[in-house]
Formats: sequence, C-alpha cells, structure tokens
Amino acid sequence: MTASSQAGFDETTLVTQARGGDNRAFAELVKHYEAKIFRLAQHITQNREDAEDVLQETFLKAYEHLDQFQGNSKFYTWIVRIAVNQALMKLRRRRTDKSVSLDETIDTGEDTVTREVAAWGEDPEQQFTREELGQILDASIQSLAPTYRSVFLLRDVDDLSTEETAEALGLSVPAVKSRLLRARLQLREKLTRYFKRKGDDTFAYL
Amino acid sequence: MLTCKDFLAELSDYLDERIDAELRAKLERHITECPNCWVIADTTRKTIQIYKGMDPYPIPSEVETRLMLALEKRMAAKQK
Repeated sequence: MTASSQAGFDETTLVTQARGGDNRAFAELVKHYEAKIFRLAQHITQNREDAEDVLQETFLKAYEHLDQFQGNSKFYTWIVRIAVNQALMKLRRRRTDKSVSLDETIDTGEDTVTREVAAWGEDPEQQFTREELGQILDASIQSLAPTYRSVFLLRDVDDLSTEETAEALGLSVPAVKSRLLRARLQLREKLTRYFKRKGDDTFAYL
Repeated sequence: MLTCKDFLAELSDYLDERIDAELRAKLERHITECPNCWVIADTTRKTIQIYKGMDPYPIPSEVETRLMLALEKRMAAKQK
C-alpha cells in the first residue's frame, strides 16, 4: 500500500497532482467518486448498462479535459455535471422524442398535497435490518420523478449545497429549491408507510 | 396568520435553517397550533436525516475493472 492511500483523502492536492500529469493521483480520484457517479447514473438512466457507459465516459472525459477544470467549484460538482450530461445524452438516444431534460416543468404544486400524515415511532429505522432499510430507501428514491431524484440525491444524500446542485444539474436555484421540497415531501410520505407509529391512524391528526 | 400552505412552502428553508428569525418565529407558532404540520415537519426532518450520507453500494468489481482498463488505455494513448 502506498503512503498516499493510507493518508486521508485530500482532493485539492490530488487534483493538482493529476493536472500535473500524475495518473496515480487521477486514479485515486476516480476510486473515491466512482460509486457515487455510478449510483447517480443508475438513478438517471434507470439502466445498468447505460449507467456503466456513463461511468466510463464521465471519467474519460474528466481525464481528457482536466485542464479545463477551473478549481473554483468542487471537483465532485464538476464531474457530476459531466455525468449528468452523459446520462441525458443516453436517454435522448433511447427515446424518440429527443426532449429529455432535467428542466422539464411538471407540476402545478399539486404534488405537495400531503395525503398520509402520521407520526413515526422512536428510531423507526431500527425495526428493519440494514439491508431491508437500504432497499426501502432505494425503492423510495426510485419511485420519484427523475428530476426530483437527482436533485434529492445531490442535495440531501451527497450533501452538495443548493447552489452546487444547481450548477451540477444546470438548473436555477429556485428550480432546485422547488424540486427539493417536492422530493422531500414525497419521500416523507413514502417512508411514513413503513415508519409510522404502530396503532396510529392517519385521521388522528386531521 | 400563516396557513398550512404557507408553512409547507417554507418547509425546506426552515429545515435547512435558511430563514430569518422573524419568519422562523411565525413558522414555529404555526406548528404549535397545527399538529398536522408539526408531524409533517418532524417526519420530513427525519426523512432527510435517514438519507443523509447514505453510502452508495460499492461498484461491482467487473465494472470497476472495465473502468480502470478503459482509463489506462486512454492514459497510455495520451503519453505516446
């Protein structure tokens, strides 16, 4: 094992080294982000084969164009933007209408209407095994509309700021905010079906 | 008076603590009086907490192998 892989992950240094032609540094960046990029690509394309293509194209493009990375945004935000573009291109190729975008207007606010309102038990996730919980969380994200899915994933799971999420997805800040709110409310409702306090009924709160 | 609809519109910023003190006080007054919105705020906060930092599954080893091979090939081509 090399010294650098034992030390903590230092993105700025690795990016500088990679830009200076250090391929090992670039490979380390790839290994750090590959699983997140693969997850994002799977969420957008809904197809494992496409997601693998997107994964490869993203890092090959990032390698080719590393000199264009300005360094005034996070490296992760930059590669997410590449990955999102690659994933959308895949979708466009698969569909005939050619109008795939993450910026489609979908709704008039109707989907912020909450139907299921019930308090959760204490530590509701403890009722499930790690594996079951992972499946519940995954399936719930999968059931969101694609534009909500990527916003939620970047903002709340990957912990990007609202501004970084907007930059990575090519959306405006207000668009990110309204999608995030709807994604959060929809997920809350989906999880309520699993996590609500036993014996509680919806009508008790209405 | 704040309606439930007003409350929901501010919910994300409220949970992210991106609102000023005056609005925060209004929202907090609303949830003391509206059990429905209190539950929504509480369970939405918990939803975000559960997802935060959820690690992706490691990528399958054959996918990683193909990725690294493609990359090495590109790196070799560039250095020629």
